[in-house]
Amino acid sequence: MPKFDWIHKILVLGSGAIKIGEAAEFDYSGSQCLKALQEEGIETVLINPNIATIQTDPRLSGKVYLLPVTPEFVEKVIAKERPDGILLGFGGQTALNCGMELAKTGILDKYNVKVLGTPIAAIENTGDRERFRQAMLEADVPPLKSGSATSVEAAMRIAEDIGYPVIVRVAYTLGGRGSGVAHNVDELKETVTRGIVQSRIHQVLIEEYVGHWKEIEYEVMRDYADNCLTITNMENFDPMGVHTGDSIVVAPSQTLNNREYQKIRQTSINAIRHLGIIGECNIQWALNTKSEEFRVIEVNSRMSRSSALASKVTGYPLAYIATKLSLGYLLPELINKVTEVTTACFEPAIDYITIKVPRWDLQKFKNADRHVGPQMRSVGEVMAIGRCFEEVLQKAVRMLDIGKIGLVCNPEDYEPESEKRIRGELANPTDEHLFKISKALRMGLSVSEIYRLSGIDPFFLNKIKNILDMEDKLRKLNLNEPAAIEIIREAKRIGFSDEQIAVCQRTNATAIRNFRKNNKIIPCVKQIDTLAAEYPAKTNYLYMTYGGDEDDITFSNNASKVIVLGAGVFRIGSSVEFDWCGVNTVWALKKNDVKEAIIINYNPETVSTDYDVSDKLYFEELTTERILDIYDKENPLGIITSVGGQIPNNLSVKLTDLGANILGTSAENVDLAEDRSKFSALLDKLGISQPPWSKLVTIEDAKRFAEEIGFPVLVRPSYVLSGSAMRVAYKNVSLENFLKMAAKVSPDHPVVISKFITGAKEVEVDGVSDGENVLIGAIMEHVENAGVHSGDATMTIPPQALKPEVQKDIENCTQRIVKALKIQGPYNIQYLVKNDVVNVIECNLRASRSMPFVSKVRGINLIDQATLAMLGKKINIQLSPMTATSHVGVKVPQFSFMRLSGADPVLGVEMLSTGEVACIGENFSDAFSKALQAAEVHIPPKDGTILISIGGDQDNKKRVIPIAQAFQEMNFRIYATANTAKVLNDSGIATTVLYKVRDAQVNPNILDYLQDKKIDLVINVPVTNHKEDYSDILTDGYIIRRQAVEFNVPVITNLQLAEALIDVLKKNNSNGQSIRSLNEYMDEIPWKQW
Amino acid sequence: MSDKNKTAILLLKDGTSFIGKGFGATGKISGETVFSTSMVGYTETLTDPSYKGQILALTYPMIGNYGVPSPILDLGLPRCFESDRIQARGLVIHELCYEPYHWASTRTLDKWLTDEGIPGIYGIDTRRLTKKLRTHGVMLGILQVFNENQKPDIDALLKECDNIHDPNQTDLVKEVSTKEPCRYSVNGKLTVVLIDCGVKFSIIRCLLTRGINVIRVPYDTSANEILTYNPDGILVSNGPGDPKRNTKTIETVRVLAEKLPLMGICLGTQILALAFGADTYKLKFGHRSQNQPALDLNSSSCYITTQNHNYAINMETLKQTQLEPWFINPNDKTIEGIRHKTKPVFAVQWHPEASPGPYDTDMLFDKFKKTMEAK
Repeated sequence: MPKFDWIHKILVLGSGAIKIGEAAEFDYSGSQCLKALQEEGIETVLINPNIATIQTDPRLSGKVYLLPVTPEFVEKVIAKERPDGILLGFGGQTALNCGMELAKTGILDKYNVKVLGTPIAAIENTGDRERFRQAMLEADVPPLKSGSATSVEAAMRIAEDIGYPVIVRVAYTLGGRGSGVAHNVDELKETVTRGIVQSRIHQVLIEEYVGHWKEIEYEVMRDYADNCLTITNMENFDPMGVHTGDSIVVAPSQTLNNREYQKIRQTSINAIRHLGIIGECNIQWALNTKSEEFRVIEVNSRMSRSSALASKVTGYPLAYIATKLSLGYLLPELINKVTEVTTACFEPAIDYITIKVPRWDLQKFKNADRHVGPQMRSVGEVMAIGRCFEEVLQKAVRMLDIGKIGLVCNPEDYEPESEKRIRGELANPTDEHLFKISKALRMGLSVSEIYRLSGIDPFFLNKIKNILDMEDKLRKLNLNEPAAIEIIREAKRIGFSDEQIAVCQRTNATAIRNFRKNNKIIPCVKQIDTLAAEYPAKTNYLYMTYGGDEDDITFSNNASKVIVLGAGVFRIGSSVEFDWCGVNTVWALKKNDVKEAIIINYNPETVSTDYDVSDKLYFEELTTERILDIYDKENPLGIITSVGGQIPNNLSVKLTDLGANILGTSAENVDLAEDRSKFSALLDKLGISQPPWSKLVTIEDAKRFAEEIGFPVLVRPSYVLSGSAMRVAYKNVSLENFLKMAAKVSPDHPVVISKFITGAKEVEVDGVSDGENVLIGAIMEHVENAGVHSGDATMTIPPQALKPEVQKDIENCTQRIVKALKIQGPYNIQYLVKNDVVNVIECNLRASRSMPFVSKVRGINLIDQATLAMLGKKINIQLSPMTATSHVGVKVPQFSFMRLSGADPVLGVEMLSTGEVACIGENFSDAFSKALQAAEVHIPPKDGTILISIGGDQDNKKRVIPIAQAFQEMNFRIYATANTAKVLNDSGIATTVLYKVRDAQVNPNILDYLQDKKIDLVINVPVTNHKEDYSDILTDGYIIRRQAVEFNVPVITNLQLAEALIDVLKKNNSNGQSIRSLNEYMDEIPWKQW
Repeated sequence: MSDKNKTAILLLKDGTSFIGKGFGATGKISGETVFSTSMVGYTETLTDPSYKGQILALTYPMIGNYGVPSPILDLGLPRCFESDRIQARGLVIHELCYEPYHWASTRTLDKWLTDEGIPGIYGIDTRRLTKKLRTHGVMLGILQVFNENQKPDIDALLKECDNIHDPNQTDLVKEVSTKEPCRYSVNGKLTVVLIDCGVKFSIIRCLLTRGINVIRVPYDTSANEILTYNPDGILVSNGPGDPKRNTKTIETVRVLAEKLPLMGICLGTQILALAFGADTYKLKFGHRSQNQPALDLNSSSCYITTQNHNYAINMETLKQTQLEPWFINPNDKTIEGIRHKTKPVFAVQWHPEASPGPYDTDMLFDKFKKTMEAK
């Protein structure tokens, strides 16, 4: 029973889709929260449309609503469920904003729902800059000099007072969206204009600029009796000026002395007490590098990315404890779950160092700005644990999975670059600035000069220099010298991988591994125990290091153990869905009596890296070297590589070659599916068609083949220099340009050219097989025609426009392919359908991105079945995908274009979405409408306004006529660019011309209409039949799309999607929206296996 | 840069050895090996007189990162230092920072230890050492830093291990206490006599900051002599070693506690308990960190405190006295604070002056001041 005995039922708000600034860390915090509530016997209700999360599993949460986290939907759930209290602190800014709106509009009072934990007034005091500043002044906590403004004029006055440069921050947005430094009046005007629009309360803050000060954070907990703790502090490697989400961060702080550490700690507590936070919060500071002067920057009055990180840094379960505090418990009443004997009222002592490094994917976005600054742009992060800075830094670089084997010893390290350019990068960092530091050092720039330019503390720079010095030493080293053993030992201690040493020694990693083992240079396993070994701990939270000589744990040799490889770093294309797969695999292993389910993963945002999910957690690199180190110590039955996405999947063959046992489909059959030629031969043998393709090694051959099969063609180089890895070429010139400028084609780096079938439907199946029985979880139909990456496509279960005989055909093809490959585990097959003919595009012998979507919509946990199969058991359910449920599930991508200055929101074969949501409804439009709103798309109101702009020739433009007609029938006011308007008016659709952005003086102008919110929806379909990748960046279409993104107006760039939206708009008027929980939908499924 | 090729060895009484690299002074010392889990504050810790006679191991793996500052005086006492020298006999760490960076730093940790003649060892598995001490309790040990070409003779050292002198058998307090009374005046209305058993500068500063004059007297000053200063209150300081050895101080405190407001810190707490007839005992591995919780038995308040003590007050024997438990450590339930049932006399086992560590409980000095004002 909770401390507050009036609590019986609690509503928890989730954070929705993964987006830049709000990622899987909220699955971690929400899951821990639900766990803590259930322990108390409290009934829980969760609202979160992110179907790929662990928290939206009915086993974890009493009731799950896959609905948008918006006041409108939350009110409906409140009305239905009537909870006693609501928790707003576990779903990021999305949940917090929604909660404040609910409080402000009186909905919480109306239904008598109490806000638990931090009260609304305190949340408001932290969210509104001016109120925050006042509160800090009252508490004697020094804030930055600043003022808030709701107009450009007011902003200018404040900036004059403070003096330039100033930083413009936007109130109430995620991850610092819209913020920027203004060095002069012009820059100020531009940033402020945009910021006011983006702010939920149309407010910006103008602040004193403290660039190059140290950025420090503290994680603070407070209970109802005013007890306060700081769980850890963190120090940003990057100085102030780079958003903390985009900064490299170490914990605990490294360069602060006791006075600085304790003064900021105490002031943090003073601030938090004054604000009245209950539970957990994060407080950020700027610390002068030449004195003890510091300023408070902001308080996040909720679980945040940093608090998730702090949980992983220390082993202290912040979200769990914060939940208990919200229920009225006091810190000294709670137990430290790691030791199980000591109190939770303490501050963890750390005897290791951790580092967080962000991962960007900016190169994927055409025209996106690659600088890092006050606006967060990274899409993932890694955390490394070790006993010295050099070790964790090099580990982290490998964890990023950006093709680097460490900070040094990469081929590109020696590519020449001008000193001017390097200096520029140091002063204005980009996503590659870490590597520019080593380049600068190699060029001979001094540590103090690099410090002057970058503001990165010389303490860190000297450590980087140590790594470079070691590289030099290793290159000169003769392994036969007696001194070599100690040098290799030292190299390992400072984080060099076998591969890095091998590069220096011109040998292979296995040779170094053998040398190491012969000389007893092996890493040891250490525990994260929250108390620096002061008390014995029962923890299974582990890391490996060369900074020690004794394992903290002993290894049982006869227990049945299985290692599950996690998904590693999240990036575009690999996200929380693979964590769902990993965690479900562990749960399934436990159900099947595996004694030790062991996870290896290093992503601090995830549930799988919570130490109580598995029997053992190695917070470690997913490299063959480290996996084998663990394998050697643990001696498991085998490793599961097929549930964590690309990273573990790609390790599968290497691990097999090095003697590890991989559970699931045999390596031979994996090869049969992955080797294009072999797979193609198999399809031929089975009589299943596929688009014509060929693997080519010269540009000339590529061109010849493309002409032979006819344009457009899909181009997939195996080596990409920059930009996206896949491209559709519509004619010879673009094919040649792409291959010459963006890729490398040679016998070592072949390019695959295949026929791009236009106007085809794309369909996928997800399933499981045990080698004999084939389970097809579902047939998923893409709404968009082929050509949009499956990760960016809108998907529906069951299919809406696929004939039963075609579905039958797909079922048959799947059965035959899966049986031929003797798949033992999960699989995913992608098909193209044109004129009712089914073509196979590819087959993956691993869990796919859509696994949780299929599992939850169809009521069958595919990972449960896959785990059975991988353990050599038989799957226990047979079901045709054509046996339909009475509900429809629709998955919709979430984009983060607003955060990525300059990025073109047009969809193509390269994936660009950062996350996804899925909603379930009575029919397609019910589910799709909810899903769109869940992905933050504002559905235009009745009688709304629409801007249509279609590129290309008359024929192309004519394709939009039926769509425009439909909008006209719904009484939409229709605007269009001149040429499109002509086509529409000619076909009897009343259309008003708006002038293009570049004709800024001509009215009425698109830009004004977007700015003034006079447009509810933009349909802009780019020219597709002669798309030129390098010239269309500044076309009118791009400008319209980009401006719409900036002003938060939904943009649709695909005609099928427009049609689906029309369906929603038409039915919405009569249908309403169903408010039913996932549990209710699942309970209706006769074959439910959950 | 210093010579990085000196070998060093740490040998524990039970024969456990750790071979690493030496820094600081070359030479051999012995003492009681203890560990601290504090993550910051090595300059404060090393100069804390309570570490007299001890070989200090730090569990945080990277030490020396912000160098060593030259003393900046604050109310006449240097910041970041708790006495005028390094008090620990030797330092044991995992990694030594040779290239620190901090605006206040004027020398490296290596240089400071060299200047003060203190040997140090780095490059060893300090977590293994900590686990050893946690399991076996604090242990006597030998730390030797060799010259570059000197080879360690482990067998010879092992023999020495059997006869390491236990520093707790000597009058450590005498070594660290002031030899003569000295005054720190801020022209305040109140004056405290501070019985110096090895006081940290920060304790003096905490009084001065509050406008209290301090007369610091040797640990063995008699009650009568102290009363001649006409003080408003008495503070019994922290200090090293076994509290029971300080018989004179115990006697003095017994007399003074009946007459004046009195506050005890760390060793001072144990002395107060002994003065009232309670008993003390040695903990297996003591409390040495900045994250120890102290729970107020009469409220829901729990504070995070810096601690550095190896001895504790026996709860049962305390109950027989005029003193009562006030704070406990919720982890091992040991007594962390005591107070007199009727008189303005209290003491805490931790360091409310922090330095290093959190400032959670500096209101205890305010409380002390109030009791003196109320007198």
